[in-house]
Amino acid sequence: MKREELIFEQSRPGRRAPTHAPATLAATDDLPSSVLRQEPPLLPEVSELQVVRHFTRLSQLNFSIDTHFYPLGSCTMKYNPRASNTLAMLPGFLARHPLEPDSHAQGVLESLFDLQELLKAVTGMSGVSLTPMAGAQGEFAGIAMIRAYHLARGDTERTQVIVPDAAHGTNPASATMCGCEAIEIPTGPDGDVDLDALRQVVGPKTAAIMLTNPSTLGVFERRISEIAEIVHAAGGLLYYDGANLNAILGRALPAGMGFDVVHINLHKTFSTPHGGGGPGSGVVAVNPRLEPFLPIPIVGKRDGSYVWLTEADRPQSIGRLSGFMGNTGILLRAYIYMRLLGTDGMRRVSGYATLNANYLCARLASAGFTIAYPRRRASHEFIISLKDVARDTGATAMDFAKALLDRGFHAPTTYFPLLVPECLLIEPTETEARQELDDFVQALTEIRDLAGRDVGELKRAPQTTPVRRLDDVRAARQLDLTWQGKPRTVN
Amino acid sequence: MTQIPQQLKYTEDHEWVRAEADGSVVIGITDHAQHQLGELVYVELPDAGRTVTRGAAMAVVESTKAASDVYAPLAGVIVQGNPALADQPELVNTDPYGEGWLVRLRPGDAADLAALLDSAAYTQLLAAED
Amino acid sequence: MPFIPHTDDDLAVMLQTIGVADIDTLFDEIPAALRISSLPGVPPGLSEAAVTRLMRKRAAQNTDSLCFLGAGAYEHHIPAAVWELAARGEFYSAYTPYQAEASQGTLQLIYEYQSMLAGLVDMDVSNASLYDGATAFAEACLMAVRASRSNSRRVLVARYLHPLWRKAAETLLKGQTVELVELPAVDGHTDPDALTKLDGQDFAAVCLPWPNFLGGLEPVDTLTDWAHSRNMLVIGVCNPVALGLLKPPGKWGARGADIACGEGQPLGIPLASGGPYFGFMACRQALVRQMPGRIVGQTLDIEGRRGFTLTLQAREQHIRRSKATSNICTNQGLMVTAATIHMSLLGSEGLRRVAAQCHANTRSLVGALTSLDGVELRFAPYFHEAVLKLPRPVAPLLAELAAAGILGGYDLGADFPELGQAVLVCATELRTAEDIAAYRHALAGALGMAAAA
Ligand SMILES: Cc1ncc(COP(=O)(O)O)c(C=O)c1O
Repeated sequence: MKREELIFEQSRPGRRAPTHAPATLAATDDLPSSVLRQEPPLLPEVSELQVVRHFTRLSQLNFSIDTHFYPLGSCTMKYNPRASNTLAMLPGFLARHPLEPDSHAQGVLESLFDLQELLKAVTGMSGVSLTPMAGAQGEFAGIAMIRAYHLARGDTERTQVIVPDAAHGTNPASATMCGCEAIEIPTGPDGDVDLDALRQVVGPKTAAIMLTNPSTLGVFERRISEIAEIVHAAGGLLYYDGANLNAILGRALPAGMGFDVVHINLHKTFSTPHGGGGPGSGVVAVNPRLEPFLPIPIVGKRDGSYVWLTEADRPQSIGRLSGFMGNTGILLRAYIYMRLLGTDGMRRVSGYATLNANYLCARLASAGFTIAYPRRRASHEFIISLKDVARDTGATAMDFAKALLDRGFHAPTTYFPLLVPECLLIEPTETEARQELDDFVQALTEIRDLAGRDVGELKRAPQTTPVRRLDDVRAARQLDLTWQGKPRTVN
Repeated sequence: MTQIPQQLKYTEDHEWVRAEADGSVVIGITDHAQHQLGELVYVELPDAGRTVTRGAAMAVVESTKAASDVYAPLAGVIVQGNPALADQPELVNTDPYGEGWLVRLRPGDAADLAALLDSAAYTQLLAAED
Repeated sequence: MPFIPHTDDDLAVMLQTIGVADIDTLFDEIPAALRISSLPGVPPGLSEAAVTRLMRKRAAQNTDSLCFLGAGAYEHHIPAAVWELAARGEFYSAYTPYQAEASQGTLQLIYEYQSMLAGLVDMDVSNASLYDGATAFAEACLMAVRASRSNSRRVLVARYLHPLWRKAAETLLKGQTVELVELPAVDGHTDPDALTKLDGQDFAAVCLPWPNFLGGLEPVDTLTDWAHSRNMLVIGVCNPVALGLLKPPGKWGARGADIACGEGQPLGIPLASGGPYFGFMACRQALVRQMPGRIVGQTLDIEGRRGFTLTLQAREQHIRRSKATSNICTNQGLMVTAATIHMSLLGSEGLRRVAAQCHANTRSLVGALTSLDGVELRFAPYFHEAVLKLPRPVAPLLAELAAAGILGGYDLGADFPELGQAVLVCATELRTAEDIAAYRHALAGALGMAAAA
């Protein structure tokens, strides 16, 4: 099995990769010694080849979209086109200092301006800000805009944000970051929001409701227009968590459903890479009532040139969210992808994502798996519950997840949403071929058979990964967060 | 089988309370609660001297997969958090009614104790949850 | 069809398996009134060749210059290996490492990063990244307010902290009613003799930029001890390359700072119009449960072998929801991948030389420009960046320089009117003697002087 030493363990004193730094140490005799570092920081001393080998080997310990089917629900792990990366990394884009004059960055600004327009088209909204750096920051921006809107109207008591219990954790956390209180409401047995519960909590304190549609349960909220009426009638606004926009791209518009503000995770729907955790982008789009409050900067057009609009142009803005203008390189990747797809390509994205999910769902249902919402049409993702299997055999959703790794599949999202016991949230995405889905059904079926036959063997999974199951409890109780060893001396 | 000692009082949030001779009470989480949470990795306890109202979140118990607030079953002043839990949070798993106690509290009104569940009522509550 | 692998035959079989006639039927739960049949605002798709042509043209519409502009983003050499490796599909197209056994590459890399970064700032622990320097600064303030023993929601901050970071932090702190209060300043840095003005007031923490926005060296030892004696936490806001040479926050004063944060861009990240970059954050062990963001820990697998996993997750939004330390989920992982490779290639000696060379080049630049009449150095000592007083209004001069292909620096007038006609200049290790001569020549021209002076 492949293992790889820590880079520190490969270090030897006195070895350097000198081509990457100045050949000599320049004098700093004008600086008092009290401001200088006395001991060098602990960085490895390794050659360039060692670095290349080490990080290449580390990369090979990962599952990724490029190497494995990755049906991680709510995360939209679809193919990340190479063209997006290659073109966004053109030297003419990388060399741009963020504070250079706008006149020097017209090519970037024009691309971002176009992207703003495309995002208005896919959401039905009238204003866009590209600056939020991930979905969670988009949520922050959205709720902050909603707060600013209420306050601008002298409506000071609206501090409650309603979130369904199926919501992603960032939704209530973002409400808190904005100084609001998150109010949870239950989901009905069919996966739609419980309207009676909603009616009970809305009122003069309601700032907003945050919804994902289709929800993280993998179903479309059918009474969305009624929800919009209830919340608007109570004086609150509607926030659309666009993590699942892939499911309805070109089929319905968040603005049409009555939402006032939406964030879009470009790293999901518009296929920018997840990068092992980030960076992403959580652009926000709004209707006219929230437009004055959009976070800055925004790209505008003035006398035929593109310019950054800032504080002076947007006095009611909630302000800045980053040091400069957000994750521009990610925005360019999304723009390139959108231009490749075009209008028909976008509708195909939602069409085939939904086709793949419903096909996989139908095949798993006929293989005897319990579908969480069997009477509903799956959106681009769906949930199976292994509660029965767990009761009968003792095998948990986690066991299934680990056994999938041994069969060459990344696991679906496990234990989220929290309200479905022993769940797997499965999102195949449109870029997977039917054969891959069939193989996945086969793998899950085999695992269930194994659970019935020899659950002990199942619980030993994974056996083919670089490490076996890890001791999370030890990791948390005996915290080891940085390497403490001494550089190994030559022996 | 989950243990529910007879001499203790209980809450619907799965805390237990034991009255002490000196008028203070000792509070912990039940065997059922520790089992639901799984192996604990950290316990956050209130500082001595803090005043808590009934139902206020006063401590947090953390496993690798979950974190739960522990609510004050009675109003009062915190006398002490269990110092052993800083290094050995697992005591809550291994001995929830003994070494794994969380907080000692001086109740504002000792009569509040009577309002808590007795072991029979708590047993019933668990049966209903299943 | 871009990126969709289905054949007509696949489509037919799949529709039949589902039991519907066509793909449109799969959207039948969307109320008819909400359904749309096209996206009129989106143009038709382009081939890869056409998009390549378009983006090449757009890239060429930008104007490259000789860069003497720093102000929070720095043009350093990035070894070719950094992005060759970071862009490998196994890093690039992986998700957050929630399934540890399938993500050991990313997890081990983050552990190595945490070790390097913690060493660089001399703290016990580091997280796996935040969005950028500005949000890391804001999160550090929130963290300090949570962790501080004081009940104050006010945080002291040096006047010469990056003005744009300060604006971003104000947006991010407002909801939670955390307020930034400015420290008194003199001569381009905090005035330690004026601290008595703050007597009798309560603050959660003090934030010290290192070097500060003007390239100034704050009296960090004095301020750290002063803050600790008043029960405040100390937050060091650092340039990571500068720490190759400068005293790390962990060594400030008698006890060292408590939290370190900053912008990671100088560690192998291209300028790229401002992002993606990454924010770093590190702290003392005792504060780790208040730290936002993901953290990787080392542990053992069931066979007793070393492995890595996300840990302390109960702080985070997916478990703690509204009570989480932050709402951050997606971070800037790929940038950390690049930075880790970058730091590995440079090593501590390489980083030190880069820092020293940046400083030496800035000194040469200051020497060259102040040889022109009326151009004066405002403050010394400085590190890596310096403030020059110009004899004429700054904005038109910078515009003239820009037209001549030189980014001449950052106009300080709007943010810091007390500095007068002042510009912040920077020369990284990439600037040569000829580059510096070219700047001097252009500035002399713009000032209407003979360049040979
Ligand atoms: C439904 C949902 N909402 C919000 C988010 C948060 O987005 P991000 O991770 O970009 O901050 C996610 C992503 O994980 C999500 O799946």
